[in-house]
Amino acid sequence: MNFRSIQAIYVFEMTRFFRTLLQSFVSPVISTCLYFVVFGAAIGGRIDAVEGVNYIAFIVPGLIMLSVMTQAVSNASFGIYFPKFIGTIYEVLSAPINFLEIVVGYVGAAASKALFIGLVILATSLFFVDIEIIHPIIMILFLVFTCISFSLLGFILGVWANNFEQLQLVPLLIITPLVFLGGSFYSISMLPKFWQVVSLFNPVVYLISGFRWAFYDHSDVSIFTSLLAIILFTGFCIFIIFIIFKTGWRLRP
Amino acid sequence: MTDMLSITGLSKRYNDGQVALENVSLDVKEGEILALLGPNGAGKTTLISAVCGLVVPSEGHIKVGGFDTKSNYRSARSLIGLVPQEISLEPFEKVINTVRFSRGLFGKNPNDNYLEIVLRQLSLWDKKNSKIMQLSGGMKRRVLIAKALAHEPRVLFLDEPSAGVDVELRREMWKLVSELKSQGVTIILTTHYIEEAEAIADRVGVISKGKLILLEEKKALIKRMGQKKLEISLHSPIAAIPAQLQHFQLFLSDDGMSINYMYDTKGSTNEITKLLNEISNADLQISDLQTSQSSLEEIFVSLI
Repeated sequence: MNFRSIQAIYVFEMTRFFRTLLQSFVSPVISTCLYFVVFGAAIGGRIDAVEGVNYIAFIVPGLIMLSVMTQAVSNASFGIYFPKFIGTIYEVLSAPINFLEIVVGYVGAAASKALFIGLVILATSLFFVDIEIIHPIIMILFLVFTCISFSLLGFILGVWANNFEQLQLVPLLIITPLVFLGGSFYSISMLPKFWQVVSLFNPVVYLISGFRWAFYDHSDVSIFTSLLAIILFTGFCIFIIFIIFKTGWRLRP
Repeated sequence: MTDMLSITGLSKRYNDGQVALENVSLDVKEGEILALLGPNGAGKTTLISAVCGLVVPSEGHIKVGGFDTKSNYRSARSLIGLVPQEISLEPFEKVINTVRFSRGLFGKNPNDNYLEIVLRQLSLWDKKNSKIMQLSGGMKRRVLIAKALAHEPRVLFLDEPSAGVDVELRREMWKLVSELKSQGVTIILTTHYIEEAEAIADRVGVISKGKLILLEEKKALIKRMGQKKLEISLHSPIAAIPAQLQHFQLFLSDDGMSINYMYDTKGSTNEITKLLNEISNADLQISDLQTSQSSLEEIFVSLI
């Protein structure tokens, strides 16, 4: 492992983040506040507790997951697409490093940013509702794994994209619907039977369910299924990236 | 001296069937400066990209400093610095950060003293905290060179270093290249400017349609292929070349004031003496004599 190279990529990527720290910090805080106002105060007041948990508290894990997933994908895809777009990728590809080191650098930075935002949202929600996290270690584990796996997905997206439109399209058309339909704001058990079965094909359901279990000890699917799902998803993304570098697809003609 | 770069049977065919390189073999010695000439799209950049790991060769082997670029890519690539043709830089980044990044990326320990030397050498030290987007085109090119030098490469590739660069910067770059050469750095540059190859290269290679059609010592090349021209200025104009001089290959200028004689430096040595004697016998008064040698440019044009 060439740690200096990984560090160089990581630090370089993080400087971009810190350069725009205000935006990075303010936008998730504001959007979280909006969600709390709309779903919590306005609508939530008319909804009973879900699975024994106050509705505002119930949506906190989903809200964090929603932001973390979209941020991880957009950070990682932009992180690799931008050098490709402006041509600076030549330097990374001509450096004495292997695919794993490139991925650890870029994905590590994107995942760190997403994790930071996740923690900011968690801190913001504490202003609105009292939360007790029953399994804090599992919570952190899920959060970190989600950051990493969705950053890996974003990396693949960034390598694949040929223009900025494509870069926006996948999060908009695939990721946002999957996250919204993955039980961010409701329990799967609230759906009709048919849609409950359909939901099980949505990988995000397992992540949100597992994450919510870590908070409230209640989940739609078994925590072990959730853990298995996120490990499989991470492994799948790493495999795809390995293939990308092995074949040089869209990177090395 | 040992071979710093060794390319054997290198070919590159793209998926669309386009052949960018065909069976190119080439050795470059340590500390040597090789200029690759050729028209646009000849394959010069593909050749460099194949060595640097940006393009996967279809066939052939490349060794840098004795290390195979495929099986031992880490050792091979850490010896290489690349200055690309396009100005590719992160616009919002500071000069010093982007140079530090390059050094770290190549696995070198941080060394701001060395980076200061590089930046001073390229007149960039005053701009170290400027954002790339605030720099002029010439300055950006210097930053690209600084990035390539940041990890102390032993082989430097300069892809069209003079594209869009003013005379002053071009001269400075030539100076830098000769300084690097004196430190033993091997330099391979591609250029359109024959003047550049003539000024700094030890050897010249010509690439056309993916093939290396010529590789020779610059001096030998000029000597071998170069014709010399003797321009004889006359006191008073003449209407035609006198009959007794017809057997020489002579060309009369339009104004009739000078006669041009083309000759081969390898030819017999007493031709010029004979010519001058016969001119004198023909009662022509000579006011001046001038010789010139054909440039690489003329040789180059005659080749492709």
